[in-house]
Amino acid sequence: MATPKIDDFLHWPDAHGRFGAYGGSYVAETLMAPLAELTEAYLRLREDPEFVAELDHDLKHYVGRPSPIYHAERLSQHVGGAQILLKREDLNHTGAHKINNTVGQALVAKRMGKRRIIAETGAGQHGVASATVAARLGLECVVYMGAVDIERQKINVYRMKLLGAEVVPVTSGSKTLKDALNEAMRDWVTNVADTFYIIGTVAGPHPYPLMVRDFNTIVGREAREQMLEGYGRLPDAITACVGGGSNAIGIFHAFLNDRAVRLVGAEAAGEGIATGHHAASLAAGRPGVLHGNRTYVLCDDDGQITETHSVSAGLDYPGVGPEHAFLKDAGRAEYVGVTDEEALEAFHLLARTEGILAALESSHAVAQAIKLAREYPKDKLVLCNLSGRGDKDVHTIAAREGISL
Amino acid sequence: MNRIDRRFTTLKATGRTGLIPFVTAGDPSPGHAVALMRALVASGADVIELGVPFSDPMADGPVIQHASERAIAKGVGLGDVLGWVAEFRRSDADTPVVLMGYLNPIEIHGYARFAEEAVAAGVDGVLLVDCPLEESAVLAPLREAGLKQILLAAPTTAPARMAKLCESAEGFLYYVSFAGITGAARLSTADIAARVADIRARAKAPVAVGFGVRDAASAKAIAGFADAVVIGSALVERLAGATEEGDIADRVQGFLRPIREALDAR
Repeated sequence: MATPKIDDFLHWPDAHGRFGAYGGSYVAETLMAPLAELTEAYLRLREDPEFVAELDHDLKHYVGRPSPIYHAERLSQHVGGAQILLKREDLNHTGAHKINNTVGQALVAKRMGKRRIIAETGAGQHGVASATVAARLGLECVVYMGAVDIERQKINVYRMKLLGAEVVPVTSGSKTLKDALNEAMRDWVTNVADTFYIIGTVAGPHPYPLMVRDFNTIVGREAREQMLEGYGRLPDAITACVGGGSNAIGIFHAFLNDRAVRLVGAEAAGEGIATGHHAASLAAGRPGVLHGNRTYVLCDDDGQITETHSVSAGLDYPGVGPEHAFLKDAGRAEYVGVTDEEALEAFHLLARTEGILAALESSHAVAQAIKLAREYPKDKLVLCNLSGRGDKDVHTIAAREGISL
Repeated sequence: MNRIDRRFTTLKATGRTGLIPFVTAGDPSPGHAVALMRALVASGADVIELGVPFSDPMADGPVIQHASERAIAKGVGLGDVLGWVAEFRRSDADTPVVLMGYLNPIEIHGYARFAEEAVAAGVDGVLLVDCPLEESAVLAPLREAGLKQILLAAPTTAPARMAKLCESAEGFLYYVSFAGITGAARLSTADIAARVADIRARAKAPVAVGFGVRDAASAKAIAGFADAVVIGSALVERLAGATEEGDIADRVQGFLRPIREALDAR
């Protein structure tokens, strides 16, 4: 199943939702009809000028787009290499890129006449973003969240409740994001008639990897324009963190055919890939089938999905979006591991040099941007997707440093 | 003729409804996995559905999820399951065995290698929950080796797709009696009856009905219009926690016998 040489990266997946050998619809028979219905609705809506106008309006007036590109001068000086630019997705309403997707999917749900929204969440950012759009549209919202994640993301859990969502703890398996996804899928299988499942990342069965990517490509489209306008050229490299990979594909996509732009995804190397305590599916995993698609997964020789580790709940996932698997095999994007320690160091450095608290997830991308900046001369530009803000992680960071708040 | 086809031919000739119990391989006790299979046959099983434990059983309810977790915690993997089938075959050359589970364990094992080992062990078919017809090209080595791909059909299956499933059905077609996960307790018999009658008229293989069958009464209701009844979660629940061979056999008998009798008394 080798991926052929690719000339055009912008027109994937194919009609079956496949990105080369990856993607597809590996789901139970009961989901085939709802997925077909969703695919049909979404493919129609993405070409519907009225829908597109409504989405653009919401992104501008509700989300607060466009998000700026900020030149992190003091950070760049401190690093002493290339200039580091930050795409400020942390400034979006609800504090992360996740809202780009939930605003879009909620509009699809509304057009399809669904009255109930379900979602899975890891760090809680997607759960908050789902609860937010559900509240705004007056839809019932149920968010599945691993019991372990509920413990480490209490603030987001409470935010979801304030927004009127029901947060259901998932106690099966590793009690994290992957199990929350299983549970949300089971809810959907059981309640397909009135329920819309807002998947938070570019994984899952077709059309989710396509749809979630589309709603996030606004990040890269804006960034590409902003770079040309503000800097007169494209960046030399782009970094983004990769768990499921929605913010990364969001910023990468508009640049996929600009071969001179180096694309680097930062996966969670946790305590180090050699320790086995990590979540680096692309860097250390193998092709397999999980959550409705073929992609790189972390599993043992029996095919059992292994438990992952990352200081950041949002990256703590044993699979990855199939388009990233495709880009890796095609050699168009690189995927590297960033450890907990490196991410935390980047978090502190960014806070002290620029006055920005980045999410722990995004801190992986910042750490990778710093590494690249060190390799490059001062006139090079490294664009980092600052996908979310770090307020939600303050407790986690304090606890790690032995401080009780 | 394949063991599954032979079994359904016999059932039809004798006017009986097939009984297809599902158990998760290695639960409740890996040491008694083969004894459990024999007990199923002794209590009237016509086909055995053996669940291959998987860490992320997306389409299963809590009962089978937990059985899977218990088996995995005891180290049960695909290799063990194939070993148990091989051992079972030494004393039972006739009862068809279908492995039910998810794609990843087989993908990681390797399709060609799995096909060869499964046939050598005496497996007759596979039911891969997350491998719909559209994605089943990867199963070519299994088909070439003679393993039947048992397909699922559901109440939500659209008419055009149903026609395709009926056309492609082999071994038996497994009709999931409602939209939901395994083990849920909802069943509208009249609804299912109408759907199954239609499918049976068109499918190129016998039709088994499952999902939500819990006891003799619900099994009997379905027996009136299906070629076979699949019964899973309720049995797995009954077996949970048993550790002695005798206890396992007793529980199987206590559970399956009334169902077998109800099916035969029709």
